[in-house]
Amino acid sequence: MLTLTVNGSSREFLGDPNMPILWFLRDELGLTGTKFGCGMALCGACTVHLDGSAVRSCVTPVSAAAGKSITTIEGLHPEGNHPVQKAWREHNVPQCGYCQSGQIMQAASLLAANPNPSDEEIVRGMDGNICRCGTYQRIFTAIKVAAQGN
Amino acid sequence: MATISKISRRAFLQATGLSATFVLGTHIAPRSLLAAVTGATEAKPNLFVAIASDGTVTLTFSRSEMGQGVRTGLPMIIADELEADWSRVKIWQAPGDETKYDPPGKDGQNTDGSRSTRHALQSMRELGASAREVLEKAAAQKWGVDPSKVYAENHRLHLRGKGQSLDFGEVVDIAAEIASTAADDAPKPKLKDPSKWRYIGKDMTTFDNFDMSTGGANYGADYTLPGMKIAVVARPPVYRGKVKSFDASEALKVPGVEHVMEIPALADDKPAEFRALGGVAVIGSNTWSVMQGRQKLKIEWDAGPFVTHDSSTYDAELKASSKKPGTVVRKRGAVEDAFANAATVIEAEYFVPYLAHAPMEPPVALVDANLRPVKVIAPVQDPNQTRHYVAEALGLEKTEVECQTTLLGGSFGRKSKSDFACEAAILSKAIGAPVRVQWSREDEIKHGYYHSVSAQHLKAGLDKSGKVVAWQQRVASPSIMALWNPAQNGPVDFEAGLGLTDLPYNSIPNLQLETGPAAAMIRIGWLRSVNNIQHAFAMHSFAHELAVAANRDPLEFMLELIGGEDVMDLSLDGVEDFAPYGDSVEEYPISPKRLSNALRVAAREADYGKKLPQGHGIGLAAHRSFQSYVAIAVQVKVGDKGELWIPRVDVAIDCGRYVNPEGVRKQMEGSAIFGNSIARFSQITTNDGAVDQSNFNDYRLTRLSDGPLDTRVHLIEDYVDSMPCGVGEPGVPPYAPALLNAIYEATGKRIRSLPLPADLRTA
Repeated sequence: MLTLTVNGSSREFLGDPNMPILWFLRDELGLTGTKFGCGMALCGACTVHLDGSAVRSCVTPVSAAAGKSITTIEGLHPEGNHPVQKAWREHNVPQCGYCQSGQIMQAASLLAANPNPSDEEIVRGMDGNICRCGTYQRIFTAIKVAAQGN
Repeated sequence: MATISKISRRAFLQATGLSATFVLGTHIAPRSLLAAVTGATEAKPNLFVAIASDGTVTLTFSRSEMGQGVRTGLPMIIADELEADWSRVKIWQAPGDETKYDPPGKDGQNTDGSRSTRHALQSMRELGASAREVLEKAAAQKWGVDPSKVYAENHRLHLRGKGQSLDFGEVVDIAAEIASTAADDAPKPKLKDPSKWRYIGKDMTTFDNFDMSTGGANYGADYTLPGMKIAVVARPPVYRGKVKSFDASEALKVPGVEHVMEIPALADDKPAEFRALGGVAVIGSNTWSVMQGRQKLKIEWDAGPFVTHDSSTYDAELKASSKKPGTVVRKRGAVEDAFANAATVIEAEYFVPYLAHAPMEPPVALVDANLRPVKVIAPVQDPNQTRHYVAEALGLEKTEVECQTTLLGGSFGRKSKSDFACEAAILSKAIGAPVRVQWSREDEIKHGYYHSVSAQHLKAGLDKSGKVVAWQQRVASPSIMALWNPAQNGPVDFEAGLGLTDLPYNSIPNLQLETGPAAAMIRIGWLRSVNNIQHAFAMHSFAHELAVAANRDPLEFMLELIGGEDVMDLSLDGVEDFAPYGDSVEEYPISPKRLSNALRVAAREADYGKKLPQGHGIGLAAHRSFQSYVAIAVQVKVGDKGELWIPRVDVAIDCGRYVNPEGVRKQMEGSAIFGNSIARFSQITTNDGAVDQSNFNDYRLTRLSDGPLDTRVHLIEDYVDSMPCGVGEPGVPPYAPALLNAIYEATGKRIRSLPLPADLRTA
C-alpha cells in the first residue's frame, strides 16, 4: 500500500504501483480536470505538480509519488484564482479548453520556480505543452502578465 | 417565422431539471431543403428560452462546441435580442434531436462547415426577440397598460416615461400564461436595430472560461455511468483488414481486465461511412489495466486488399494522374491555344500529404446499449448522425437512441464521424453494461479519416508584357465520397468547389480547372477547411511564381489577377449550381472586390514593401472559403543554418456580419497555428497499407517555440451589414502559401511540397 497526498488530502493506493498517476487521478479519484492526450509525455495535457514541480502524470507511476504531494488543477487554488488562472481568463486564452489544465499547471510551476521569466524562458518552459487549437499567442501573453503580478 | 409554442414547457423542465416558470419555444420553419428530406413541416418547438422566477435565463445551445466559440456566440445573439443581462445567463446543452433543436432547419444540429452562425443568426435573433415581446406583454398586463408602453432593457421591463420597472423574474408567471395561449401564426417579432445591439458585434470572453481554467469543464471521458467498464480496441493496422485469430490468455491475466472480445469486421459489402470497422477489445475496470491488457494481446491479422497502399508508389501514381487530362470543372476560353501563343509557359507540381486531425482529446464515447432509449454520451459534431449509426450497429431505430453531446476537446472534423461511438455501443450490448471506449493517441493517428493527399499540376502562359493569359490546374486526390461509394475515383464537384472551381484569379482570359482520378485506399475525411488546403497552397504559391517570372511585385500582380469586380459569375464559365457550402451564390455572391480588399488590408497592416534585412521576407496569399475573405501576410527570417523564424503574421478577415469579434480573432490566431502545422510539420504516410506515424513525436504539430506568437488580426468592417460568413475554417487555407511565398522572398527557394524540411537549406 502506498500513501500520498492529493490536493491536501491523504490518500491510500492499493493497486499496481506502476499505474501512471493520470489514471489514479481520473479513474480512481474522479479528478477529471487532468487530461489524457498522448500517454508518452509528448503533449503536457496531463501535467500536475509533484511536490510543487510540474510532471507528466501519464508517464509518472504512482510509486514515484509515495510519501509525496500531488497538486492537480482542481487543487491549484481553492477558488480557482491562482494568478495564472486569473490571467488565463483575463486574456481569454482557451478555445476547446482541453489542454488548458496542463498548460496552466505548467505555467504555474514555471512561475513558482522563476517568478520573472524572460520571453525565452517562457518559450522554453512551455514548449512541451501542445495546443492544437492554437492558443499559444494568448498563453505567452497571459504568462507574461501573470509574472508581472508577482 | 417565429411562433410561440404551447407544448414545450413541461418537456423542457423535465429534460433540464430547471425550476423555470416561463419557457418559450420558438419554431422557425425549416427551409425547403430539410423539409423535403424529412417531411418535418409541422410546427414543433425546437429552441427554448427559460426564465426562472429569480430571473435566471437559461438558453438552449444545440450545436457542438469544439473550440470555435459558438457556445458563446449563439447564446450572445439570443441574449441580445432578449435584452438579457449576460451575467444572469446560463446555457443548457441540448441532446441530439433535430426535430426540436435545429432552429434554422438546415443543418440538423450538425456542427460543421463553419456554418452555425451563418445559418442561425437570423433565427437566434427572432427567438430572443419573441421571448422579449412576451415579457413586455406580461409586464404590460401587470401594469394594466398597452404593451407599446413597455420596453425591455438589460433584464428589466420599463414603463415608458414613468420610472417604474420590473425584473424579468417578476413577470414569469404571466409570461407563461401568455406563451401558452399565443397563436401559432403570431407575427414575426420586431428585431432590434443593429445600432442598439448590446452584445452582437462586441467582444465577449468565452462562456466556459472559468470551468476551463479550473478543471471543471467536462469532455467525453469525464462522464461516467453506474457500472461502467472501460475498453480499448486493437484495430487492424490496414484499412478494412480483419482479425484472423487472437490469443487473449496473457491479456486476461492483467489485474483489472475482465473481458477480451472481437468486434466483428464490417461486412465487405458495407462501405465504411462512419461505422465501426472491427478489432479486438479489452474491457475492464480502469484505463491503465485495459491498455496493459491490449499490449499483451497476440493477434494475427488478415491485411486485406489495401496492403498495397504504400505512399512511395501511391504518391507517384497521383502525380502521374495530375499530369493527364481530367474532368473539367471550369472552363473559360481555350487554354491550349493560349499556351501555344504565349511568350512564356510555366509549369509546376505541388503536393500535400495526408493529414490527421489530432485533436488534443482523442476520440472517446460512453454508451449504455442496455437502456431504452440507448444512452450515448460523447464529444461529437453531429449527435443525430451518431444516433443513426449507433442504432444501425445495434439493430435499432434511430428514435431508440439518444445522444448527449459533451464539450469536444478539439475535433477539426474527426468527431463528425461516429465510428468510436459505434464501438462502444457494440461492446456495451455484448457485456450488458455501460462501456466507455477510450482511444489512445496512437489509435487516433493510425485510424483516422485522413485529409486527402493531393498532387497538382499547374501550367500558365504569360504574354510578352508578363500578363497571365492562361491558367490550367489539375488536381488528383482521393475523395471523401469514397466512404459511401468505394469506387469513387477522384474528387467530386463539392470537393473541387472548395477553392479550385472558384479559383479567384478572375482576370485571366483562359482557364481550365480539372480533377484527375485517385483511388481511395484509406478512410478520407474532412479536416478543417478541407480541400481548400491544397487548392489554396498550390494556386497562391503559383501566382507568386508567375509574379517572379514576370518580374512583377507579387501584391500588385495578385491584385491584378483577382480583379475588382463586384461579382465573379461562375455560370459564365459553365459552372452551374455552385454551392459547396450549402448556400446559393444569390445569397453569397463570390466577390473579387472583397478578396482584393482583404489582400490590400493585410499588406498595408504588415507594412508590405518596407525594406527588410537580409534573410527576411514577407509573403502574401488571399483566399475565399466558407463565404469569408481572408488574406494573410507572413513575415519570416531564415537563418544561416536553414532555421526558420516567424516574427509576425497579419491576418485580414472580411466575414461580413460578425457576432463576437474576440471570437473571430481567436479563430484567426488559431488558424495561423493550425496552418503552420500543415505547412511545416505534419504528414501521414503509409507502408504496406499501415500508417507509419503514431504519436506527437512523429506526427509533429506546432509548438509554442515554433511561433507565430505575434499574430495580428484585422477585422474588416466594410461589409459588416452583409450576410454572416464562416469563421472557424477560412483562416487556414491562405497560411501555407503566404508562408512559403515569404520563404521564397527571403531565400529564393521555391518549395512546392509539404511539409517543408526542418533545414531549409535542403529544400
